Amino acid sequence: MSDKPVTRRNFLYITTGTFTAAGAASLVWPFVDQMNPDASVKALASTEVDLRPIAPGQSITVLWRGKPVFIRRRTTEEISEAKAVSLDELPDPQDDAARAKNPEWLVMVGICTHLGCIPLGQKGEYNGWFCPCHGSHYDTSGRIRKGPAPTNLEIPDYVFLNDNTIKIG
Amino acid sequence: MSDNYVPKSAVGKWFNERLPLLDLIYGHLMPYPTPKNLNYFWTFGGILTFCLVTQIITGLVLAMHYVADADLAFASVEHIMRDVNYGWLLRYIHANGASLFFMAVYIHMARSMFYGSYKEPRELIWIIGVFIFLLMIATAFMGYVLPWGQMSFWGATVITNLFSAIPIVGESVTNWLWGGYAVGSPLLTRFFTLHYLMPFLIFALVILHVWALHVPGNNNPEGIDVVKGSQDTVPFHPHYVVKDLFALVVFLIIFAGFVFFVPNLLGHTDNYIQANPLQTPEHIVPEWYFLPFYAILRAVPDKLGGVILMVSAIAILAFLPWLDTSKVRSAKYRPLYKQFVWLFFANTIFLGYLGAQVADGLFLIMGRIATVYYFAHFIVILPLLGYIEKTKPLPKSLSEPVLTKEEKEMLASGATT
Repeated sequence: MSDKPVTRRNFLYITTGTFTAAGAASLVWPFVDQMNPDASVKALASTEVDLRPIAPGQSITVLWRGKPVFIRRRTTEEISEAKAVSLDELPDPQDDAARAKNPEWLVMVGICTHLGCIPLGQKGEYNGWFCPCHGSHYDTSGRIRKGPAPTNLEIPDYVFLNDNTIKIG
Repeated sequence: MSDNYVPKSAVGKWFNERLPLLDLIYGHLMPYPTPKNLNYFWTFGGILTFCLVTQIITGLVLAMHYVADADLAFASVEHIMRDVNYGWLLRYIHANGASLFFMAVYIHMARSMFYGSYKEPRELIWIIGVFIFLLMIATAFMGYVLPWGQMSFWGATVITNLFSAIPIVGESVTNWLWGGYAVGSPLLTRFFTLHYLMPFLIFALVILHVWALHVPGNNNPEGIDVVKGSQDTVPFHPHYVVKDLFALVVFLIIFAGFVFFVPNLLGHTDNYIQANPLQTPEHIVPEWYFLPFYAILRAVPDKLGGVILMVSAIAILAFLPWLDTSKVRSAKYRPLYKQFVWLFFANTIFLGYLGAQVADGLFLIMGRIATVYYFAHFIVILPLLGYIEKTKPLPKSLSEPVLTKEEKEMLASGATT
């Protein structure tokens, strides 16, 4: 190539080819993006929950964006158990205070971070959650302690609208 | 028999002169020279073609009654089972057909491994076959999701979550696949679309598979090259047409046995419970034909590592023609390989057994050992065997191994048999 002079024809080939490739590539995006979550899915992005019916030691599961969210009113033993753990023992170190805005209320996405099963509550070796699919054990703060899951149970964005109501999302 | 087809009717002649399609089909089905010693393990190509066509036809009619929507899918399958005329039969043929398709493909693959059919000059046939297998896996998995039962839903959840193991972009990729933040209607609709498309892609690959096969011709149990048109070959029709049809009839008896007597034996009862995103079944198991790969996935205590290993377990098959360093094809003449290949088959079946168990304690340890052995077969044993194994002398022709001593002497002295 280098010993031949660049001709008008070379220039036309390259510009035509480049524009065709760029045009084709830009057309790919609509075909890819149509699969992303659509406007109607995104519109269901927040859920409000009334906390009054939940007694200490009880949990409820609500659906947020098609995912289950565990809301647990923890007992004092569970809270102290969660706070007593040294961070060195955790595969994904996180302080309990960073996971529960109000220590009494633990709000987290109820999906095992391994492959998406729903862990069972108050089970497993750490008295927290246990995923029956591939055997991940979570503690009373929803932190991974043992098993294949890589991270702690996810904490969604939520705010306390007042003492009795939270808004997830 | 002549190689060129001469149509008898005037219409046939008129057509064939303009498009020699009849010529092409005739050449591949009638005079095509085939080794004369093919055993019944060579009938699975025909059986698999039958399976594919059966799945396409039953699938086509099932799609006329099925609704791909998360709220309606489960009910529409029950509607097929209860209300649609012969719907139960069509669905049972389709569901059991998938299982038998995999049974046949595993035997077909094992045949190729045992007799070294993937070796030069048949590497590309094998590689196309691996792609067909991959598409079959994807098609079967997506098909299993469509009834929207508990196993459908949670199987889809576990498998689509495999993509979340990809570093950095994992979550975006899974949300893109789902079209949402969890498995739901958008995923079901796209799975239905792809489940409908893929069998036709498989069909196209099957044509390439057969085309590539008919260039060098069939391998055979002796694994030696045969000269086309010599005494070692016979025309495909009638010899193998009849043999294939006989095997197909036997296969159909087994197929009918499943469909009419134990249609749900290979399925999971939990899939007759409608999908519930708030409750995971006690024990998620994939269909039986995925169990060995599922066992490999679970053998690794790391999410990304497990996914990589499971994908590698299938991908490594494509490299088999180069991992096996021995020039001798058939295990009949490879005393060590013959033992190792049986061990490999047994190990794979054992992995399948482990895939159905709860991954804990002893099962987990055995799963790890079996996983290591699965890969060791490909990356340690096969490359080494080519160098250390003393193979048996190969026969000069297909006739030689079956001739008596006197017949051999007669041949050697130049007498005609």
